[in-house]
Amino acid sequence: MNTKVLVAPSPHIHSGDSIQKNMYGVVFAMLPALLLSFYYFGLGSIIVTLTAVASCYLFEFLIQKYLLKVEPTIKDGSALITGILLAFNMPANLPIWIIIIGALVAIGVGKMTFGGLGNNVFNPALVGRVFLLISFPVQMTSWPKALGFNTSYVDAETGATPLAVIKEGLNKGDSLTDLMAQLPSNMDMFLGNMGGSLGEVAGAALVLGLIYMLVKKIITWHIPVSIIGTVVIFSGILNLASPEAYAGPAFHILTGGLLLGAIFMATDYVTSPMSNKGMLIYGVGIGILTVVIRVFGAYPEGVSFAILIMNAFVPIINVYVKPKRFGEKRK
Amino acid sequence: MLKTFSIGGIHPEENKLSAQSAIQELPIPQIATIPIAQHIGAPAKAIVKKRDVVKVGQVIAQSSGFVSANIHSSVSGTVFKVDDVMDATGFRRTSIIIKVDGDEWIESIDRSEDLVTEITQTKEEIIKRVGDAGIVGLGGATFPAHVKLSVPPGKTAEILVINAVECEPYLTSDHRVMLEKADEIMVGIEILMKALEVKKAIIGIENNKPDAIAHMTQTATKYTGIEVCPLKTQYPQGGEKQLISATMNREVPSGALPIEVGAVVQNVGTAFAVYEAVQKNKPLFERVATITGKSLKNPSNWKFRVGTPVSDIIEAAGGLPEDTAKIVGGGPMMGKALVSVDVPLTKGSSGLLLLAQEETARKATKACIRCGKCVSVCPMGLEPYLLMVLADKKEYERLENDAVMDCIECGSCSFTCPATRPLLDYIRLGKGKVGQIMRSRK
Repeated sequence: MNTKVLVAPSPHIHSGDSIQKNMYGVVFAMLPALLLSFYYFGLGSIIVTLTAVASCYLFEFLIQKYLLKVEPTIKDGSALITGILLAFNMPANLPIWIIIIGALVAIGVGKMTFGGLGNNVFNPALVGRVFLLISFPVQMTSWPKALGFNTSYVDAETGATPLAVIKEGLNKGDSLTDLMAQLPSNMDMFLGNMGGSLGEVAGAALVLGLIYMLVKKIITWHIPVSIIGTVVIFSGILNLASPEAYAGPAFHILTGGLLLGAIFMATDYVTSPMSNKGMLIYGVGIGILTVVIRVFGAYPEGVSFAILIMNAFVPIINVYVKPKRFGEKRK
Repeated sequence: MLKTFSIGGIHPEENKLSAQSAIQELPIPQIATIPIAQHIGAPAKAIVKKRDVVKVGQVIAQSSGFVSANIHSSVSGTVFKVDDVMDATGFRRTSIIIKVDGDEWIESIDRSEDLVTEITQTKEEIIKRVGDAGIVGLGGATFPAHVKLSVPPGKTAEILVINAVECEPYLTSDHRVMLEKADEIMVGIEILMKALEVKKAIIGIENNKPDAIAHMTQTATKYTGIEVCPLKTQYPQGGEKQLISATMNREVPSGALPIEVGAVVQNVGTAFAVYEAVQKNKPLFERVATITGKSLKNPSNWKFRVGTPVSDIIEAAGGLPEDTAKIVGGGPMMGKALVSVDVPLTKGSSGLLLLAQEETARKATKACIRCGKCVSVCPMGLEPYLLMVLADKKEYERLENDAVMDCIECGSCSFTCPATRPLLDYIRLGKGKVGQIMRSRK
């Protein structure tokens, strides 16, 4: 017998799962929301998405090839996710040059300075978004109205997001009931018929993506459920304590980037905890911080900041929150 | 809801290709190579020498300690030599090589097929008989069976758990034995229950074997205290601690043995071997193994004599397929890759799996994306991603604190990893080193 055989330790088979499969699975899960954003914001959303994705790919490739001098990993699909998520966080009339700066910060600062996929502490798309929000507050907060392909990219009719309406109104001393009456109905908000960034308006489409990712076992329920659950409970308590000062849970869930953040941003593999217990702590933290920033902070929206702050706690959560060991000795 | 173990687990493609193939008898080899170390523990001591004439069932190597096992000749003929030859793992180990001549059995063995249900021997006699017969755990771990039957002082066994889950993909030998030898297994279980002084036995079978569950459940009604527990198909349910968790809903504490929670686990094949040893006076020198693989002509189950070369069973199943890249002794998750087809089958050979390049080739290791899938599948609740890094960085103290010694090496982490990182390889290295450090501390 002269057959040459491989000798390697077990296991001898692999599930066939790969980074690509998971990444493109996430992309697939984002499609409903992406398509809906095209429907609501028309040409502008297509321009924003294409620019963001193309520049994320380009910066990743250039940095890996010429600065880090490593084999570019653009095929793994993570730059595509960052690009789409970045676009999801932008208004549909954002100038192209700002989008490109956002992509450079997201990929360059948010991801590559840490060593690329797997090593970044903060969600790259959020790093890009928050950088833009602070640097270009006017452009980043003028939200075109959802008028479909009638929405002009260059001089769109803009309006405030529901969160901003409430925030400004309450600051001016208007009553919450009057302000709520100005907003679209809950059902309209769930279906995305409101002002906002590309990806955050369509709650229904985002939930569809969540179901897909759960079924495909790309993510587990822990992070989205703990974030949404915490926001419901926390805002519910505030609302019960003073219905005239604080909006209720349905408003908090359906407006702004909460669903987008809970489903697609906070669940980013690299920047979320490893164990189920850790994920729950992380999710509760994001939920609390979101409501605190929205209700008591200067910004109308707090999801991005909440996620970035909790991203910073992930390493320490991983060190101190261990999964439940089998047969752990009871103390 | 079907029962299963408490934490983690995976469900690889089952690929039970040979499940419908009845057990056949493999021809006796011309030369049998019988290693003196076929079990966990001290190797047996050879008591035959060149030119000795031996019969089937005769002791040729004697147990050399409490955790050790007798080795019996599986053939009749003349000892050709006692020498170091390559065994399944690629190491040279002492083996007794016998030139086969006919098939003459020692007279004390009852070769009839009649079922003997009456158990006449006492507890002590049973344990001694099991030890004399050289019976080891036939699930693959090959731990001497009589040791597990000797309950340490101060502990009591409550329940005998019979491992019939066969959670490894591809393997079907236990499945076939259950379908064909159910009554013998039941008597074997009764014997084990008597030796352990327990009133209850639970047979855990995964629900991917509905015919075995039905047949065993029906057969069990004729015996008292034996129940069949259907389990959800989930790897690694055949792990001792996982099986106890699934069937009894108790967790064996870290670092402790099953007896700590009142359980003793034996494999279903072992129960059959115990029946033969106690009721038929037949020592362990033959068993059933599966020969399988996607390209193999005839995936099937064979009763073979210990010491038969691997090439014989491959021939019997239609010859080595051209695309064979790896020959695995055991299942795809925990089996060992063999270095050649010339090594002998032993007591621990539950199966032989031929894998093609595309099924077994490892893909390039990529950076960890921290998806946490390894953590969620680990049946011991460990953090494989972390253990790998710690082993790589030689952080042995942290490895120990993060319970690396609890790892059962089931391979679920490496199997699952989307970045195809060799997690278990590193964890094994770390475990070896931490084990050394812990022993040197004593």
